[in-house]
Amino acid sequence: MVDVTPADAVPPAEVGEMELYHPHSWWTKYVFSQDAKVIAIQYSATATAIGFVALFLSWLMRLQLGFPGTFDFITPEAYYQFITMHGMIMVIYLLTALFLGGFGNYLIPLMVGARDMVFPYVNMLSYWVYLLAVLVLVASFFAPGGPTGAGWTLYPPQAIMTGTPGGQDWGIILMLSSLILFIIGFTMGGLNYVVTVLQGRTRGMTLMRLPLTVWGIFTATVMALLAFPALFVACVMMLLDRALGTSFFMPAIVEMGQQLQHSGGSPILFQHLFWFFGHPEVYIVALPAFGIVSDLISTHARKNIFGYRMMVWAIIAIGALSFVVWAHHMYVSGMHPYFGFFFATTTLIIAVPTAIKVYNWVLTLWRGDIHLSIPMLFALAFIVTFVNGGLTGLFLGNVVVDVPLSDTMFVVAHFHMVMGVAPILVIFGAIYHWYPKVTGRMLDEALGQFHFWVTFLGAYLIFFPMHYIGLIGVPRRYAELTDMTIMTESAHHLNSFISIMAFLVGFAQMVFLFNLIWSIRHGRDAGGNPWRATTLEWQTPQTPPAHGNFGKELPIVYRWAYDYSVPGAKEDFIPQNVPGSFIPSREPA
Amino acid sequence: MAIALVLVLIVVGSVLFHFLSPWWWTPIASNWDYIDHTIIISFWITGVVFAAVVLFMAYCVFRFRHREGNRAVYEPENKRLEWWLTIVTAIGVTALLVPGLFVWSRFVNVPSDATEIEVVAQQWQWSYRLPGKDGKLGTSDTREVAAENPLGIAPKDPNGQDDVVVEAADLHLPVGKPVKMLLRSIDVLHDFYIPEFRAKMDMIPGSVTYFWFTPTRTGTFQVLCAELCGQGHPLMHGMVMVDTEQDYLTWLGQQQTFAQLSAPQQTGSANPLPGKTMASALDVGAKVETVEAR
Repeated sequence: MVDVTPADAVPPAEVGEMELYHPHSWWTKYVFSQDAKVIAIQYSATATAIGFVALFLSWLMRLQLGFPGTFDFITPEAYYQFITMHGMIMVIYLLTALFLGGFGNYLIPLMVGARDMVFPYVNMLSYWVYLLAVLVLVASFFAPGGPTGAGWTLYPPQAIMTGTPGGQDWGIILMLSSLILFIIGFTMGGLNYVVTVLQGRTRGMTLMRLPLTVWGIFTATVMALLAFPALFVACVMMLLDRALGTSFFMPAIVEMGQQLQHSGGSPILFQHLFWFFGHPEVYIVALPAFGIVSDLISTHARKNIFGYRMMVWAIIAIGALSFVVWAHHMYVSGMHPYFGFFFATTTLIIAVPTAIKVYNWVLTLWRGDIHLSIPMLFALAFIVTFVNGGLTGLFLGNVVVDVPLSDTMFVVAHFHMVMGVAPILVIFGAIYHWYPKVTGRMLDEALGQFHFWVTFLGAYLIFFPMHYIGLIGVPRRYAELTDMTIMTESAHHLNSFISIMAFLVGFAQMVFLFNLIWSIRHGRDAGGNPWRATTLEWQTPQTPPAHGNFGKELPIVYRWAYDYSVPGAKEDFIPQNVPGSFIPSREPA
Repeated sequence: MAIALVLVLIVVGSVLFHFLSPWWWTPIASNWDYIDHTIIISFWITGVVFAAVVLFMAYCVFRFRHREGNRAVYEPENKRLEWWLTIVTAIGVTALLVPGLFVWSRFVNVPSDATEIEVVAQQWQWSYRLPGKDGKLGTSDTREVAAENPLGIAPKDPNGQDDVVVEAADLHLPVGKPVKMLLRSIDVLHDFYIPEFRAKMDMIPGSVTYFWFTPTRTGTFQVLCAELCGQGHPLMHGMVMVDTEQDYLTWLGQQQTFAQLSAPQQTGSANPLPGKTMASALDVGAKVETVEAR
């Protein structure tokens, strides 16, 4: 608790407002902190820790796929538990938590020129509920029957039946409970991010002067606040089906010769609810990445982002459209086939604003002054993998093309490229970029180069060939690929190759983790603005920024976030808080 | 600098891999070569875009890399260029979508002369039902499923009595005749998928879904389940044999109707059902049998 209201006396008038607001004990400063920056680090550290669990699980499944029959302990049950937990952790507990809870908390107040989030106490609660959600998730590994093996999509009826690991044990119950907790925690944080962007901006920081990072995180948060409730009700209903024997998603079923007591429920209703959340979720992860990478490219190419207004409108358009494309995950689900016409059209329309973003990134490079720093390398790698994964999305979104490819390894390759590899490359770029602000020190360059090259090339070599295994027709979620007539000897070799690449890429992440820890003490001193960037977080009086962010006076914003290489200016960047009367800033009107 | 070279290599390598690697789809055995053509169109359009974007990036990185004294050009917007790119993209997307929707309308509109054949999935095996002489399948209900009526055919429906039941065995189809596969499950989601036919569709307990195709060549094709259905999912294989008309009729003549299969029940016999010999080799398949034999 922060002692803002002393129990016995009103504080004397000479104690300043700011003084009252600062934490006064070790616990309130570092553990139960209400400082968005500390909460951001807590979120990021927890997400990274659970992310390494997901990485380890991916190794286990690649052992099985690459070297079938070699590892007896990987039974089909275990394999399905690995894929389920890997997918769920990566999508929800790592990517969503890190982008919104981690980067959102750290960057929003600093970038908009606020002292903190608008509701710091609720913001703190958000983290602790998230931590509880993670602990419940981890508990399922130790529960009788182990974690659920229903696949990360948790489709009923199998998710709550005996044929699926954890279906009639604790696995599915803990999974659903953990998701419900996560959504509660996220909602508390998400409301903060939205209100802070709308209400907490400093003087002069108009919406059209916000850095694209903030636009990306803000739009993603609004989407998440609208999309997560669908998952929330789906989880509650399935929990009722499982625990109390209701039939929201359960029709009449004969399981192993026995008539179950359910009847009248709709399994496909769950799929609609799940994907009403699940598709926006893709963009909840992608939009912050879009925003961040825009700022990385602009800063490290020393050039204004090309077509800023178009970029903002593209973010908003993608956010809105992503709510009317969800059933493209369900083309072969057995829903009414005429839905296919509608959802294929909306899905392909979304490619237009997405393509505009890609053009504007590469056009920002055009006639720039490109510094090939580690963040820039990761940004370039992001464009490659995102374009690759986005284009294969045009296959799967185009309803009839999806029919042979749906539920095959092609889909696995596609979504890993576009919402796994691409956003994670942005996360890495962003960490190399902002680590100096968070710690005051630079990450080690040589280790960073190693990490970049192995991760980028390795990930491409994993997921590019994987599309072709899917093109053969090999289904996803197969614990065994033996006895399959289409699976040739050479395809098995390709799978072994992919597995070896996966081990290498995983190893590179250990090196990255070492770099993160080692550089806290031993990294080169960064100074306040090592990248010579324009946005407000680099203009703080202290690095790392103190509680309250900006010292006595909040900055006043005079210009947009992209005044790089302005003609006539002495330096090749002009921070947002530098008055502009004497320099011809040509920000778009 | 290295990155510019690597970007070029990625484009060249990806294109070479696409054309030279041995991993490609299986020879088609149905009328859905339309789908294959649509995929080829998609590969061409997206391949060109991928190569163009990445090569352009490589050029930028090489040409505009930082050197002492360089300064970027200040250019916030270029409306003409932005609109031009938007329009070209829209045209490209339309070129993908229009043929796709055209083929989709063929896929969902079943020709009137298609024979209806039912596939019934359960953990973890495939069974089939064909209409008898009346050309109609009887109604069915999961609630009717019992040891002596594994597919849940309504016993009171006269249309169902002559239905041919193929339980946990291979399906035969005549070549060149369109078939509408009616898909049904009695437990969890499954998906009836034969890579050579290109078509697939989920099966949902409580609903009947469908797709149609025409087998275009004879042969033996493996059925795979394409929707996660529990721990036996990867072993839920089956076989479909596409026969000449004559072979097909011979096979059909050896099958039993629902009325014949229910006859032992009326006399109280507990003999195993004829189709049973082909039951899935899975342990759980055996478990189902024990349950049914009770």
